[in-house]
Amino acid sequence: MSLLQVKNLRVEFPTRRGTLVALDDVSFDIAPGEVLGVVGESGAGKSMTGAAIIGLLEPPGRIAKGEILLEGRRIDNLPYEQMRRIRGREIGAIFQDPLTTLNPLYTIGRQLVETMTTHLPITPAEAREKAIGWLELVGIPAARERIDSYPHEFSGGMRQRVVIALALCAEPKLIVADEPTTALDVSIQAQVIAMLKTLAREKGTAMMLVTHDMGVIAETADRVAVMYAGRIAEIGPVREVVRQARHPYSQGLMGSIPPLDRRVERLQQIDGAMPRLTAIPKGCAYNPRCPKVFSRCAVERPELMDAGTTRAACWLYAEGQS
Amino acid sequence: MTATPMIAADDVARYFDVSKPLIQRIVAREGKRTLRAVDGISFEIPKGTTLSLVGESGCGKSTVARLMVGLYPTTRGRVMFDGQDLSQARADSKQRSRMQMIFQDPYASLNPRWRVVDIVAEPIRAFGLIEDKQAILTRVGELLTQVGLSPLDGQKYPHEFSGGQRQRISIARALSSSPEFLVCDEPTSALDVSVQAQILNLMKELQSRLGLTYLFISHNLAVVRQVSDRIGVMYLGKLVELSPAESLFQKPRHPYTRALMEAIPDLEMTGRQRIPVGGEVPSPISPPSGCTFHPRCPLANARCKAEVPVMKPAGDAMVACHAVEEGRATA
Repeated sequence: MSLLQVKNLRVEFPTRRGTLVALDDVSFDIAPGEVLGVVGESGAGKSMTGAAIIGLLEPPGRIAKGEILLEGRRIDNLPYEQMRRIRGREIGAIFQDPLTTLNPLYTIGRQLVETMTTHLPITPAEAREKAIGWLELVGIPAARERIDSYPHEFSGGMRQRVVIALALCAEPKLIVADEPTTALDVSIQAQVIAMLKTLAREKGTAMMLVTHDMGVIAETADRVAVMYAGRIAEIGPVREVVRQARHPYSQGLMGSIPPLDRRVERLQQIDGAMPRLTAIPKGCAYNPRCPKVFSRCAVERPELMDAGTTRAACWLYAEGQS
Repeated sequence: MTATPMIAADDVARYFDVSKPLIQRIVAREGKRTLRAVDGISFEIPKGTTLSLVGESGCGKSTVARLMVGLYPTTRGRVMFDGQDLSQARADSKQRSRMQMIFQDPYASLNPRWRVVDIVAEPIRAFGLIEDKQAILTRVGELLTQVGLSPLDGQKYPHEFSGGQRQRISIARALSSSPEFLVCDEPTSALDVSVQAQILNLMKELQSRLGLTYLFISHNLAVVRQVSDRIGVMYLGKLVELSPAESLFQKPRHPYTRALMEAIPDLEMTGRQRIPVGGEVPSPISPPSGCTFHPRCPLANARCKAEVPVMKPAGDAMVACHAVEEGRATA
């Protein structure tokens, strides 16, 4: 059974000028131990999806339709206090900026111990020992000496490791990681990714990895969802989506990544920009930018359909089309 | 090359005083503390070409960018702009208008209270290049068209544009004084990949059309490969390798360059096992002795800990590494 199921999720923001639909009909699931990558441009709704799952949508944003199920149990309609228990215990969150995630006034040891004693049946002394173990596991040298340091005494890369330890220490079944390596330098990024992968494999933790960096996804994820204008444009095994994407948007997105192994005269680019939420085009939201657009695209909105080894929301793959 | 290079840096250094206030220093019996952001680097950029500087945060690449347009004075060494000392060139508004800069964050570098037309026209007015109001408007319209926007966009405010469009506005502003030398400090790192491709293509187009010379600062090696003629790799305020672009990628020589290339996530998914570089960039306030990379370097030995390596020719590149010099770094 899937660990996490997201069904027809719709997130709305009521504004004075009408309701903005930030996410519309987003459905996917994550199996235990699986890493699902979520990619897309800024404003596509990747972080919003993560926030909805962990129950931290910024008000006035709200889930207007759909369900989120964790091990078959609905979690999208839980009262705040119950959701707070699930967060941390069953779902861990890692955010982009390690400075804002950690409380600057508490030592990292205190933050780890507090998280564990809140969620696990252990004494503070046991928790402290475990905290040292976690810090060692995420690669912090001399963990026993450094556990009583404050966040500002660590470098960016080390802080992000602490954040990861904090997300993992209550041994959640699912981790929602929103751009966990974006604030880090490449050499540190590689260390952190390698560590996340090992941990996911060893502990069987499932992960939703939100990032705009396709390289990170290619290295870490099992499956990937490409989002565009609040919807999933394509979802499938990472190898397939990266190497032979079916949706024209995924193709454009992959094509615009500068290759490292050769120099090209002109990079492939997608003309124009992603529509604003106030002006999402009718039919397929990508149709004004799509090189393969045809009449049906501007009229009718495509749902995810089978497109070979992936599923794509594109009329090119509808029955009877060639 | 006999032609005068657009920019020539000779042993340029920039130190920052990061000491605590005097009283605190006396109480704590501490000395002054100096951060050596850039510590003696030399390079030339021939006209019409692109030199890129890559490195991790804190390696001093943005400081170099600022030094090359004179936003910081140098602590040591000299920068020559088209054969003339940069500090003199900056005093002359005619010379000054030949260099411009594009910044990383298009949200912070445009005044939110100004219309785009005024933002783009600012250098024209500041240098008094065109006096006639109507002529300025025409020129701004041309510039906006040149970067792929509409002349009508001039009447809008920055918040009405997306990140990529704002970066186009910054480019239009930089081009408005008809510069020959552009310093681009991470111009695409705040942008999405699809937009990044648009901006990189635009910058390449403008270079071939207007014969611009670029100093391009980036942390992204894949981006750098697409735009550069030559690449300098920086580590802790020093150049460790300076090489023609293609040769750097085909044959990276310095262990740090190799480590950087290793660290890039692999999109091709060839399944190669990446070996991440261990450790982190040390503090530039108290850099390690000898070669500053030695604590992280797989090839370090006693000499590396003691003696600072200098840039020496290695094939068509310049490399500052004892291991390369002694032939210990054979791949």
